[in-house]
Amino acid sequence: MFRNNYDNDSVTFSPQGRIFQVEYAAEAVKQGSVVVGLTSKTHAVLVAIKRNAEELSSYQKKLFEVDEHVGLAIAGLTSDARVLSNFMKQQCLSQRLTYDRPMPIETLVSMIGDKAQLNTQHYGKRPYGVGLLIAGVDETGPHLFEFQPSGMTQEMVACAIGARSQMARTYLEKNADNFNDCGREELIRHGLRALKETLVQDRELTVDNTSVGVVGFKETGKKALEFFKVHDGAEVKEWINSVEEDADAGGETAAEEGGAAAEGMQVDE
Amino acid sequence: MDHRPQQWGRPRDDVYGAYDASYMQNNGPNQHTQQPIVTGTSVVAIKFKDGVVIAADNLASYGSLARFTNVKRLRTFAGTSVVGFGGDVSDMQYLDRHLNELAIDEAYTSEAGHTLNGRNLHKYLSKLLYHRRSKFDPLWNHLLVAGLDEDDKPFLAAADLLGTTFTSPSLATGFGSVLAQPIMRRYAPDEESAAKLTKEEAVDIIKECMKVLFYRDARSMDEYSIAVVTKEGVELKENEKLEKQSWAFADRIKGYGTQTV
Repeated sequence: MFRNNYDNDSVTFSPQGRIFQVEYAAEAVKQGSVVVGLTSKTHAVLVAIKRNAEELSSYQKKLFEVDEHVGLAIAGLTSDARVLSNFMKQQCLSQRLTYDRPMPIETLVSMIGDKAQLNTQHYGKRPYGVGLLIAGVDETGPHLFEFQPSGMTQEMVACAIGARSQMARTYLEKNADNFNDCGREELIRHGLRALKETLVQDRELTVDNTSVGVVGFKETGKKALEFFKVHDGAEVKEWINSVEEDADAGGETAAEEGGAAAEGMQVDE
Repeated sequence: MDHRPQQWGRPRDDVYGAYDASYMQNNGPNQHTQQPIVTGTSVVAIKFKDGVVIAADNLASYGSLARFTNVKRLRTFAGTSVVGFGGDVSDMQYLDRHLNELAIDEAYTSEAGHTLNGRNLHKYLSKLLYHRRSKFDPLWNHLLVAGLDEDDKPFLAAADLLGTTFTSPSLATGFGSVLAQPIMRRYAPDEESAAKLTKEEAVDIIKECMKVLFYRDARSMDEYSIAVVTKEGVELKENEKLEKQSWAFADRIKGYGTQTV
């Protein structure tokens, strides 16, 4: 019935000092399809692979707008992500209403961090089964944050989470030094190339399964914002074509198996 | 021993005497603020080229009695903005404590140093005032907020006890709105002319206003606080004295009570 004695709830440590429910929640993140985020001096970009439950169904959304200056990408349980996304939307609106300012990204992220941590410390609750990448721009510039079900949050230059995201992270680490000075288009292409690394053989980026979210400054050194926008379908065609041309460059193929949704849990669908 | 559950954990009556329940309730109904009691008079402020000058005298009146003569009615916020308080002094002190708390909260929640600028602070205070008036328990103040906006441009706005807000190149509360505002408008009728004023000119205009207010406002005093807010920070002087007063006009004034001549 149980894998061990200490995974019934999220409040009890195992003698080895682990909290299994939190670790299982982190597994749910690895089941979700991959999302990649990266930042430059002027922009923060999110790219994602969407999945469809079956041939005739639509593709599950992976990128969400939170406010005009923030967006997020999800990997894991979509329904849990919607709870967090709605919470973030509300907090951003309330910040605009009471202070007439856009929510600082760091503050917003620490809010969901606190919220998620509570679930790991209360009997009868369960951790959120979703990991997030939060991209936004505030007065201190573009930011990318990673969020994990444990409540851990950290700022990243570039990051990838979800199924087979290790391949994307390897690409990002190899190229991380170049991101800072990238223009908008080049940054998006880096994102898509990282995304391509994660694909299993004979799968490819298409206009149906690829999402791109961009937020940033309109011009370097100016304060005017390019609001967060999710690009889908025909809008991503140009970008996909532009990374197809250098298709033969990347050699690595699948190592870890993504696997189908485990134990009847619907993930990203 | 009394073993009834109601008595568990209570001090024993036979040792300590019966509990005096009258401490638990206050006498009479709970009242909301109906009128200000100890009050501060005008606050005046004007924008200039790269900031805002704001001033208020150091008097807190109890009715017509000059009750406290060393009450500072300007307070800085986060080293970047100044709030000037007219109206009830106890409500001012409440707001002062509240703003201290807000500044600490804000400093803790963000490590990157996002601070609330003048515009953010004014929006917050106006919401707070409106919230209180909607509870029919208003904070009896008229506030001026001087600071900078997100583009480091001068910012000046008012909020009153109803939560009403307005902005202008120059603003004054209380008696200042009839006595000082016309003087300031002569120098800065619009944003363009305010943007041409130098710091020295703006300070002189404010000092002139404070003098006229002392001449004609019977709830005012000749000691005042003045603050200059710029990108460089807040320069606050709290014990200024009015200079070069001339009461030559006074002996020509007729009326106001018993005439001897």
